[in-house]
Amino acid sequence: MTAALASPAVTGGAKTRINDFSIQVATVNGSGSQTANTVLLRAIFQMGVFVSGKNLFPSNIAGLPTWFTIRASAKGYVARKATNEMLILMNPETAKEDIAKADPGALVIYDEPLQLDKLRADLTCFPVPFQKLVTASCPEPKLHKLVKNMIYVGVAARILGVDMEEAKKAIAKQLKGKAKAVELNQNAALAGYDWAMENLPDQDHIRVVRDNKTQGLIIVDGNEACALGAMFAGVTVVGWYPITPASSLVETFIEYAEEYRKDPKTGKSNVAIVQMEDELASAGVVLAAGWAGARSMTSTAGPGISLMSEFIGLGYYVEAPGVFFNVARTGPSTGLPTRTQQSDIEMCAKASHGDTLHINLYPGNMEECFQFSYDAFDLAERFQTPIFVVTDLDLGMQNWSSKPFTYPDKPFDRGKVLNQQQLAEIKDWGRYKDVDGDGICYRTLPGTPGGKGAYFTRGSGHNDYALYSEKPEDYVSVVNRLRKKYETAKSYVPGPVFRNLGSDKGILAFGSSDPAVVEAQDTLAEQGVKTDYLRLRALPFTAEVDAFVKAKQVVYVVEQNRDGQMANLLREFYPEHATKFKNVLHYDGLAIDAKCIVDQITAFEQK
Amino acid sequence: MSTATPSAPTNRLGMTKQDYVGSKSTLCAGCGHDSITGQIINAAFESSIEGYRVAKYSGIGCSSKTPAYFLNQGWGFNSVHGRMPAIATGASLANRSLINIGVSGDGDSMSIGMGQFVHAVRRNVPMIYIIEDNGVYGLTKGQFSATADKGSHLKSGAVNNLPPIDPCTLAIELGCGFVARSFSGNPKQLNAILKAAFAYEGTSVIDIISPCVTFNNHDASTRSYKHVKDHDFPLHDLGFIQYSEVEDVEIAAGETEIVTFPDGSKVAIKAIHEGYDPTDRFSASKAIHESMHKGEFLTGLLYINPQNAPLPEVLNLVDEPLVSLPESAVKPGPEVLAAIMETLK
Ligand SMILES: Cc1ncc(C[n+]2csc(CCOP(=O)(O)OP(=O)(O)O)c2C)c(N)n1
Ligand code: SF4
Ligand SMILES: [Mg+2]
Repeated sequence: MTAALASPAVTGGAKTRINDFSIQVATVNGSGSQTANTVLLRAIFQMGVFVSGKNLFPSNIAGLPTWFTIRASAKGYVARKATNEMLILMNPETAKEDIAKADPGALVIYDEPLQLDKLRADLTCFPVPFQKLVTASCPEPKLHKLVKNMIYVGVAARILGVDMEEAKKAIAKQLKGKAKAVELNQNAALAGYDWAMENLPDQDHIRVVRDNKTQGLIIVDGNEACALGAMFAGVTVVGWYPITPASSLVETFIEYAEEYRKDPKTGKSNVAIVQMEDELASAGVVLAAGWAGARSMTSTAGPGISLMSEFIGLGYYVEAPGVFFNVARTGPSTGLPTRTQQSDIEMCAKASHGDTLHINLYPGNMEECFQFSYDAFDLAERFQTPIFVVTDLDLGMQNWSSKPFTYPDKPFDRGKVLNQQQLAEIKDWGRYKDVDGDGICYRTLPGTPGGKGAYFTRGSGHNDYALYSEKPEDYVSVVNRLRKKYETAKSYVPGPVFRNLGSDKGILAFGSSDPAVVEAQDTLAEQGVKTDYLRLRALPFTAEVDAFVKAKQVVYVVEQNRDGQMANLLREFYPEHATKFKNVLHYDGLAIDAKCIVDQITAFEQK
Repeated sequence: MSTATPSAPTNRLGMTKQDYVGSKSTLCAGCGHDSITGQIINAAFESSIEGYRVAKYSGIGCSSKTPAYFLNQGWGFNSVHGRMPAIATGASLANRSLINIGVSGDGDSMSIGMGQFVHAVRRNVPMIYIIEDNGVYGLTKGQFSATADKGSHLKSGAVNNLPPIDPCTLAIELGCGFVARSFSGNPKQLNAILKAAFAYEGTSVIDIISPCVTFNNHDASTRSYKHVKDHDFPLHDLGFIQYSEVEDVEIAAGETEIVTFPDGSKVAIKAIHEGYDPTDRFSASKAIHESMHKGEFLTGLLYINPQNAPLPEVLNLVDEPLVSLPESAVKPGPEVLAAIMETLK
């Protein structure tokens, strides 16, 4: 061991980063490291410290490198941090490169035979004889690969000052009651801890100290939060097709539906879930189910939205409701399917051919993933149109701490649907008549008895009575009304959230960029650049967005794509302010970090 | 409710045939598709179908326009090219009390929509699936479709060099429990098949040869009226007896085979074609292949197995239509959310 730190500090010296660091764990995918990483994250969380976890995984089932970063932050910053204070290197394939990229001063835990200590003098190395410890702690050779990862949890716990009782609790939670597995893994973690206690020195670089920031909080990923939102929204038809990073949304929903969406008397299901043959079929199922009066949804990523686009245009034009989750990944094409991006913004805003404008929701945290998913079903039925809930891999698949979700007491809004009695009272019903002047018409559902209300839905030109028409004035009247409906939506969609430090310089961002923007805003303010931050939560742009854009001298539009897609939409909708919008971009597939925002805004400011 | 003269005959619901019509057709005069529309109207009337429960689906094509021409009492959804099966799947799951009629073309189902056809049949979506099969793309002005026979000519003289796809043998292969072929020029047979299809619970695939008088009715076409009339080999005399009439109808013993549906309805099949068993999937397949080889169109109920479980049953859905479930049934209470939040802490 080299450069061992002599200080026996328990709570750390003056320079010690207490509850403020990032750890990166490099492993091979398929080796069970995900469990170990989650245990470490949970153990820190249970110590009352804010943590976030980001899994950087390959598009592969087993055998390729994978990295997991855990960030602890006393200030509550949960964005990815560009620098790591500690590395745990378990993958011989990438170890040399990982070491080369390590930030100066980082602590490095690694498998002893890799002999990484010779490579850089500015790191603190902790070689660990993993194989020896595994053999000693686990009698079954075929489980060695799995428990090996638990050993680094113990070692890291010792180095960071994490209470082993918390690690043990986290293991029990993670392995949900599988007694034998729990015991085996707890023993492995303890073996690592005990060995490190005896053989590794103290360090005062980084440290976990018990706090109370996470009391009552949950750890959840966005796909689970969305699945729960949909479940409480009473979704009854789901058509889907597997795709990373969107699959786990429906898969989690299926697990919950098994338990909570069965008729208590008969055990029969009150939701139909069909894995379709592709996304085209999924979109058809969603829209037809919505047309027939069900609450329906699908979950997909960019390639799926591309395939669905013809149907989405149909849904928009015939006015059929449906909820489309887009858990975005890095495109185009297969792109980087296990990496994150916000690069389907323009596509979802306008999916399909012809003139189409869709309502989009952009949740920016776990509570909003839950709440907006719930609200999306109301909006779909209120506006009789496809609604997009746009998240991304970062929100959808990473671990986030969050306040527990609030029960959505608000009853369902089923929109303007006429039943038999109402139809009987209406003299001159027309499916597409704008009776209320808000662009939203009254619909009927197939199967309504009474001999009134049947109509023919068609993607071809139609008039107020849903009759075939190629008359120019009928066509214009319908598409203008659809545009009016989009205007009406402005008073229904969630408005933006502000974090104003008092400035005529604006930042506009949305979705998963939020934590990095908040952190960047603070850093910029420390450097003398104050900003007002508007976090956009939906399309269409609402009156608050209008006011913000008008009031600011400059609006830095932060987003995770190459072309500045949201900025493009803003330029389109606010042409007279087009020059105000400056692109602040991040699009390498990693989650956005505060530093890249600070650097780009600083560069603009210095111009 | 009836809008016709008092003398017009009524069905069990007191409806006249006029109650089953749709808007005026805009297809070419003489188009086979219009004859099929006429038979759908007849069969629905005679089977006393409740019009408000009918949902009509289609893709795009001349054939796909026809749901506007029958059963105005029902709801229609003319969707996108080749995607009718997905529409039918979604709506039929949303409301399992609907009576679902899908109309498609040979282009719609055997080319662009082949994937959806295959999977809807495989899932046994509760629907009548009609393919109005003219061997061409009518609406885009007469290009060959995937059911065109090899060697078949277009009016322009172009020859089709590719083998046809046969929806019927394909459907049998996919496990479909109701596979029929008919001809728009054989109203009696088509009527019996359609009535039987109304009584069938899963996907009933009906391939109906339906000549396109504008683009594919010349002498060199194997889908012309003349050619089909000359090559139509009905397998059997079909009789359909609805459950409500079963008691009143006497079925002659002898060579007539009776197939009973779960609702009690019966189909009486009196064989014409020797050695053909419509309840045996393998022998049915074999006989169809052999006759195709000889250039014949075998028509009739090619294969029948009324016991296949339809999709809502496979999914173990509640009996009540999902669209009718109240909020209280589909929105778990606050205690459920609280319990879930506890597990995430
Ligand atoms: C995505 C798409 N591609 C192409 C078309 C053009 N198109 C309309 S109808 C049709 C073919 C219809 O043929 P078929 O289903 O056999 O119906 P028919 O008109 O013969 O009854 C085509 C190619 C379309 N509407 N949509
Ligand atoms: S073009 Fe052919 S298929 Fe289309 S309506 Fe005319 S005859 Fe019928
Ligand atoms: Mg055709």
